[in-house]
Amino acid sequence: MSGLDILRRSSPAFRAGLILTLVLALVAALSLVWTPHSLGGVAVANGLRPPSAAYWLGTDHFGRDVVSLLMAGARTSILVALLAVAIGIALGVVLGLVAAARGGWVDEVIMRGSDITFAFPAILTAVLLTALLGAGTSNAILAIGIFNVPVFARVTRGAATAVWAREYVRAAEAVGKGRFRITLDHVLPNILGLLVVQATIQFAIAILAEAALSYLGIGAQPPQPSWGRMLRDAQTYVFVAPALAVYPGLAIMLAVLGLNLLGDGLRDALDPRLRTPRR
Amino acid sequence: MAQYLFRRLGTLLISLFVAALLVFLVVEVLPGDPARTILGLDAPESAVAALRTQLGLDEPAPLRFFTWLGGMAVGDFGQSYAYRSGVGRLVADRLAVTLPLALMALALTVALALAAGVYAASRRGRAGDTGVMLVSQLGIAVPNFWLGILLIIVFAVWLRWLPAGGFPGWDAGIWPCVRSLLLPAVSLALVQAAILARVTRAAVLDVMEEDFMRTAQAKGLSSRAALWRHALRNALIPVLTILGLQTANLLAGTVVIENVFQLPGLGRLVFQAIAQRDVIVVKSVVVLLVAMVVVVNFAVDLLYMVVDPRLRVAS
Repeated sequence: MSGLDILRRSSPAFRAGLILTLVLALVAALSLVWTPHSLGGVAVANGLRPPSAAYWLGTDHFGRDVVSLLMAGARTSILVALLAVAIGIALGVVLGLVAAARGGWVDEVIMRGSDITFAFPAILTAVLLTALLGAGTSNAILAIGIFNVPVFARVTRGAATAVWAREYVRAAEAVGKGRFRITLDHVLPNILGLLVVQATIQFAIAILAEAALSYLGIGAQPPQPSWGRMLRDAQTYVFVAPALAVYPGLAIMLAVLGLNLLGDGLRDALDPRLRTPRR
Repeated sequence: MAQYLFRRLGTLLISLFVAALLVFLVVEVLPGDPARTILGLDAPESAVAALRTQLGLDEPAPLRFFTWLGGMAVGDFGQSYAYRSGVGRLVADRLAVTLPLALMALALTVALALAAGVYAASRRGRAGDTGVMLVSQLGIAVPNFWLGILLIIVFAVWLRWLPAGGFPGWDAGIWPCVRSLLLPAVSLALVQAAILARVTRAAVLDVMEEDFMRTAQAKGLSSRAALWRHALRNALIPVLTILGLQTANLLAGTVVIENVFQLPGLGRLVFQAIAQRDVIVVKSVVVLLVAMVVVVNFAVDLLYMVVDPRLRVAS
């Protein structure tokens, strides 16, 4: 199924998700070359200004433009989520493929291992790991990425095992094709759609996790702009400037909403093919 | 049945052991010498060495692991060096905040999710259904700590009905404590309820296709009675499964939410203990939280059999 087919058959929810996700990506890209105001300088005298023509959403306690901070924050969110999902895919998909291809005790060890990591709540794992490695963006990426590994391992293993049971795989085995080649030529292409859906969902979760870690003060460190960090700062001024605590949360919500809608739509579009194999 | 229980209990114990081992290993490689951290950089080397011996840090790692594990098995969690009191005592104090918070959040989650999910299923395809689904889609995307801050703005800053944070302690009476836990519990519950409502709706819709639902209506049960008495009960299995998985999120959520509302709970304790390199507290609390998750999921497995008598035979 081509991308155009998916779009034509898609629901309004999927299109809304696609638009939100594209806006997020564009805003982040734009912030690389342009923001309404520079984020370099600190002018406390200019702090906590209400919205105006110059500062569309006002300024924070350091006198920085809120719109510019939100734009740059999108960049941090995307960067962290992208790399965290990449770690999950790189390790998780390989583990899942190996478990499905080998079966037996290898499968058992990999799957029981992922069972146990599931008992560790994601945020707790991240807090533990950042405590171990120190606060900062790269360690937040690592912490969220490690949490993604068992998720991808499990999804991959489940889907890959189903592919291994198909007749054409049996046939490929019968003509002497090795497990490694079968995995590359038949199993992986058949589960790619599912992995894309899962990646979208994990991307949304990673954005939420990054925001939570930065809110707790163990994710992105100043001066790196981050939505979670903005919320942490805003809470201090909640009695003076409550609106500051609204914008970053709204940004997180819209980003996550867009990705979730996108993921749901993709799953609906790919599901029929995944459920009923063509004969 | 007994065999099934026995096997599940075995898996439970193995999971707990491996979880404890993982936590021990992770915390063992924490950079920094706890004894040095406690005494400060100016302390003489001899004092640090003495404290290391006193804390048992000189013992070989496997011995320390099993001493710690054995202690926990009999309820002895060791001594915190930052708080200078027993970890068991410390954890019990903090549980008095976290447990009521988690239970309140859980009760709210279930009540909201079942009501919204069953309502949406009964209005399938109509405005009520679409509305519930739309709100729940938004709810899933909302970070719980942001919701907490918004609730503070509305109920503490503007309306001044509820406190913005802090906890008076149970000595102050039940009502002030419930007031302090209300906003945190709602922040935790709304997000979880949004997910669970969708699961409930889907599960109820699945059950409504079954033959016994038509039979129930044919024997004269009103559709509302059929919905609540037959559909919901049969839909509970997937709902319970997700609820069990959500417990992990709920407990982890307390770590963040307790920081939003400055509640002296277990989540805040583990966070502070990490900052203070209070290794024994970190280890014990994390294992405790993980144990809670594992035990809840074990309990969910047992609940399946209460909810669905067919499973008692099958297992």
